[in-house]
Amino acid sequence: MSNFNKNYPKTKMIVPPSNTLIPERDADKLPVLDVRNLGIDFGGLKAVDNFTLTIGKTEIAGLIGPNGAGKTTVFNLLTNVYKPTRGAILLDGEPTAGKEPYEINKMGIARTFQNIRLFNEMTVIDNVKVGLGGSVKENLFDALFHTPRYRKNEKMLNEKAYELLGIFGMEDIAKLKAGNLPYGAQRRLEILRALATKPKILLLDEPAAGMNPSETAELMENIRRIRDTFNIAIMLIEHDMNLVMGICEGIAVLNFGQIIAKGTPDDIKNNETVIEAYLGRKENKKNA
Amino acid sequence: MRKCVYVGFIVKNILTIIFRKVTQVTNLIVTLIQGISLGSIYALIALGYTMVYGIAKMLNFAHGDIIMVGAYLIYTSVALAHCSPILGILISVASCALLGIVIEFLAYRLLRRASSLSVLITAIGVSYFLQNIALLVFGSEPKSIPVLFNIPAIQIGNSITITGETMLTLGLTVIIMTALTIFINKTKLGKAMRAVSEDKDAAMLMGINVNRTISITFAIGSIMAAFASLCYGISYTYIKPTTGSMPGIKAFTAAVFGGIGSIPGAMLGGILLGVIEKLSMAYISTQFTDAIVFGVLILVLIIKPTGLLGKQIREKV
Amino acid sequence: MATQINKPLEKTPISKKLLNKDTITVFIVVAFYAVYSTLIYTNTAGRQMLNMAITISCYILMAVSLNLVVGFLGELSLGHAAFMSVGAYSGSMLSVALLQSTAMPLYIRLPLAMIFGGLVATIFGIIIGIPVLRLNGDYLAIVTLAFGEIVKNVIINLDFTGGAIGYDTKAIYSTPKALLPYAAAAVIISVLLIINLAKSKHGRAITAVRDNKIAASATGINITYYKLMVFAFSAFIAGVAGVLWGHSLSIIKAAKFDFNMSIEILVIVVLGGMGSIRGSVIAAILLKVLPEALRAVDDYRMLIYSLLLILMMLFNSAPQFAKLREKLNIKNTLVYFKNRKEKKGGNVE
Repeated sequence: MSNFNKNYPKTKMIVPPSNTLIPERDADKLPVLDVRNLGIDFGGLKAVDNFTLTIGKTEIAGLIGPNGAGKTTVFNLLTNVYKPTRGAILLDGEPTAGKEPYEINKMGIARTFQNIRLFNEMTVIDNVKVGLGGSVKENLFDALFHTPRYRKNEKMLNEKAYELLGIFGMEDIAKLKAGNLPYGAQRRLEILRALATKPKILLLDEPAAGMNPSETAELMENIRRIRDTFNIAIMLIEHDMNLVMGICEGIAVLNFGQIIAKGTPDDIKNNETVIEAYLGRKENKKNA
Repeated sequence: MRKCVYVGFIVKNILTIIFRKVTQVTNLIVTLIQGISLGSIYALIALGYTMVYGIAKMLNFAHGDIIMVGAYLIYTSVALAHCSPILGILISVASCALLGIVIEFLAYRLLRRASSLSVLITAIGVSYFLQNIALLVFGSEPKSIPVLFNIPAIQIGNSITITGETMLTLGLTVIIMTALTIFINKTKLGKAMRAVSEDKDAAMLMGINVNRTISITFAIGSIMAAFASLCYGISYTYIKPTTGSMPGIKAFTAAVFGGIGSIPGAMLGGILLGVIEKLSMAYISTQFTDAIVFGVLILVLIIKPTGLLGKQIREKV
Repeated sequence: MATQINKPLEKTPISKKLLNKDTITVFIVVAFYAVYSTLIYTNTAGRQMLNMAITISCYILMAVSLNLVVGFLGELSLGHAAFMSVGAYSGSMLSVALLQSTAMPLYIRLPLAMIFGGLVATIFGIIIGIPVLRLNGDYLAIVTLAFGEIVKNVIINLDFTGGAIGYDTKAIYSTPKALLPYAAAAVIISVLLIINLAKSKHGRAITAVRDNKIAASATGINITYYKLMVFAFSAFIAGVAGVLWGHSLSIIKAAKFDFNMSIEILVIVVLGGMGSIRGSVIAAILLKVLPEALRAVDDYRMLIYSLLLILMMLFNSAPQFAKLREKLNIKNTLVYFKNRKEKKGGNVE
C-alpha cells in the first residue's frame, strides 16, 4: 500500500485528531477511526480522493452526499473490500493496511450492506450466531465430537444471540429463514449480525432504506440505544435527512469522491456548497 | 593434405548439425500444424459450449454427444444408405441443428429459472440418454466412417507433409469461424444473441424474441458440433457411442481456458489446447499428455481466474 | 409472514426436540445397516444384494462427503472420484504391506489403512483446495474436473501403481460379509461427524460462506480456512471410501475413478437435495439399487435411468411444476391429514 502506512509504527499511539468532528465527551480519547487522505482510482477515475476524517469513540457520524458520490466506496475502503490506492486508515491507532476483510472485522469494524446481504438459507438466530462465532474458542475436534467445550460454547452463543435479538424484539422469529423475512426485519437482522462481532465501530449503509416514517423513527431510537448500550461509534450512510440530522453528531458530505463539508448538523444545513451539491447552482435553477 | 581432411571433417560435422536442426525445425512445424488441426476441432466444439453458456448460462454437457450423433448420421447416410458425402454431411448438419433445438425445448427450457446445477444434471441426463440411444441402435463395437473425400497431401520442401484431412479441417474451421464472427457481429440475429446473453430481461423489453434466439443459438452450436464430427470422422475414422465424451470434455476445457462465454476465447482456447496436446505428445511424453494439458489449464486459471479472454466481473458490493 | 411474527415466544432450541431431522437421519442409516446385515448374515439375501453391500456403502460415503463441498460450501466439484482413487491406492498399498510384513489381522489393518488412505486423500484435497481459493463457480468446476483427469492419467502411467492393468489387491481381498461391519461403522461415523460439524460454529461459518461470501468475510469469517477445511475433510471421507472399495475387489483400476463416476456421485447429491445428508444417503441407496432392479430390462436399463434422471430434475426444479410439487409434498400431505383430523375432532366436540 502507500508508503505512509508502511512507515507508520505498529504500536498504539495517540494521534492528534486531524480533522475533528469528535463530540466533546470523546475529545480526550483516541479516535476510534482516523482516516487520512484515503483514495482509490478505478481505471484512472478518482472514485474517492483525499478522504480525511476522524470519528470519536462513541460518536454517531453521518456520511451523506448525492447518488454516485462514492459513499459506499468509502465503506468498502474502510473494510478493505477494495484496497485503497492512497492514504491510511487507523483503527484505534492501528493501521489496517494489507489486512483481509475478515481481519478488519476482527480488528473492530463491522458493517451492513446497501443491498442486504444476509445468509438467506440460514435461520435468523444462526445469522447472529455466525457473527458471534469469533467470540468463542472452538477447534475442529470440538465441533466434530461435540465435546463439553462445544456444549458450553453453544449454550452461551444461544443466550447471547437471543439477547441480541431482543434489541429489536426479534426473539419470536429466531427460527425463521432469514431470506423469508420482510425487508425491514432483514435490515434489522443485518445490524444485529454486525453487532454480534463486537465491533468498535459499526458502519451502516442506508439502514433506513425502504422503511416507512414510523419504522425510521424507531430505527433512530434503536441506533441511539445501541450506541449507549454497547458504547461504540456508529457511522452511517443515509439519504433520509430527518434521520441524519436527528441522530448524527458529526456529518461529512461527499461529492464526486471528495469531502466538500464537515461539521455538526446545523453547520451542514446552512452550508452553501452542500446545498449546491444537492440542488445545483442557484443561477442554473433560475435559467431553467 | 591432412589439414584439408580436418577441415572437411569439420564442415561435414557442421552440415550434420545444421541438417539436424532443420529436421528439428520441420518436425516442430509438422507438430504445430497437427496441433492446430486438432485444436480447430476442439475450437469448433468449444464454440458450441461457449455460445450456449453465454446465452443460457448453462454448461451443456450433452454437447459432446451431439458430435457423436453427427458422426453416426454421416456413417448411416454414407456407409449404409450410400448417399453422396455432401448429402450425408448436409443430413448430419441439419439433423444436429434440429436435435439441438429439440433438446433445448424439451429439457432445458423448463429449467431456465432453475439453479445452474439442476440444469447441469439435466444436461448430464441428456448426455446419458443420447449415448444409450446410440448404443441401442448401433451397438457398442466401433463403426468406421468411409473415406468421404480424397484430397492429396501437400509436400513442402523435403520433409513437411500436410495431409488432405488436415487441410480440410483447417479450411473448414477458418470458413466456419469467419462466418460465425460475421454472423455474430453484423447480422440482426447476431446482435439479438449478444443482447440476450448480456441481459435476458432487458432484451425481452426491447422486443427480442428470447425463446427463438436461444433456440437458434442451440441450433448454431449443434451445427458447429456436426462440422466438428465431420472433421473428427475424417481424421479418426471410427466412432463409438462414447466417442463424443473425451473431445467434449477437452473442448469444454478449451472453452474455459479461453474464457467461457467469449467466442474469440473459445477459438483461441481450442487451438492452444490442440497445440499443447500435440507438442507434449511429441516432445515430453505421450502417456502423460492428458496430465500436462490439464495441468497447463489449472496453471492458467490460477494465474488468470477467468480464462485467457474472459471478462473479469467485479461483484458490486 | 405476519402471522408467524406474532407467534408466541418459543425459546426451545431445536436440539431439545426428540425427533429432529438429524436424529431421523441417523436412525435411517442405522436401520438400513441393521436390516441389510440381518439379511446378509442370515443368508436370506441374494448374491446380488451381498455384492452390492460395499458398493452402496462407498457411494453413501462419497455422496455425503461431496455434499459437504457442493451442498454446504456451495462449490461445484467434478473430480470427487479422484480422492477415492488416491485413497484406494494408498490404503490398499499400506494394507498389502502390513499383511505381508506382519500378517496383521483385518480388524487392525483395515482401520489403519482407512486412516492412512484418508490422510493421503486429505493431502490431495488441500492441494486441489489451493486453486479453489482463487476460483469460483464454473471455473472451479473445470479445475476439479482437470484435477480428476490428471490423477487418473498419472496413476495409469506409473509403475508402482500397476499402471493400466491395475493394482493387484488379491492379497487383501475380503468378502462383503467380512467388510460390512467396517463399512457400516465408516458410514455411521461419517454421517455423525458431518451432522455434528454442521451444527457447530464451523458448520455455520461454512454455510455462511455458501450463502454470501462478501457478507461472510465482513462478519469475520476466514473464507480461505473454511474452504480448505471442507475440501480436506471431504477428501478424507472419500479416501476412506476408496480404501473400503480397494479391499472389496481383487484389482483396482484408476480408469474406474473417472469423470463419469464423479458425475454419478454429483447426481446423487443433487437428487438427494443439496445440503441434506439424509437425502444423500437415501439417494445413494436408491440410485445404486435402481439399475439393479432394472436388470430385467437390461438393454434399456441405462436408457430408462437417463430418462428418469431428466424427468426427476424437471419435476424437482422447474418452476412450472411448483404447484404439482406442493401437492405431492410429504410434509404438506401430513399437514393436510392433520388439519382434517383436527377439523373432524372439532366437529365431534
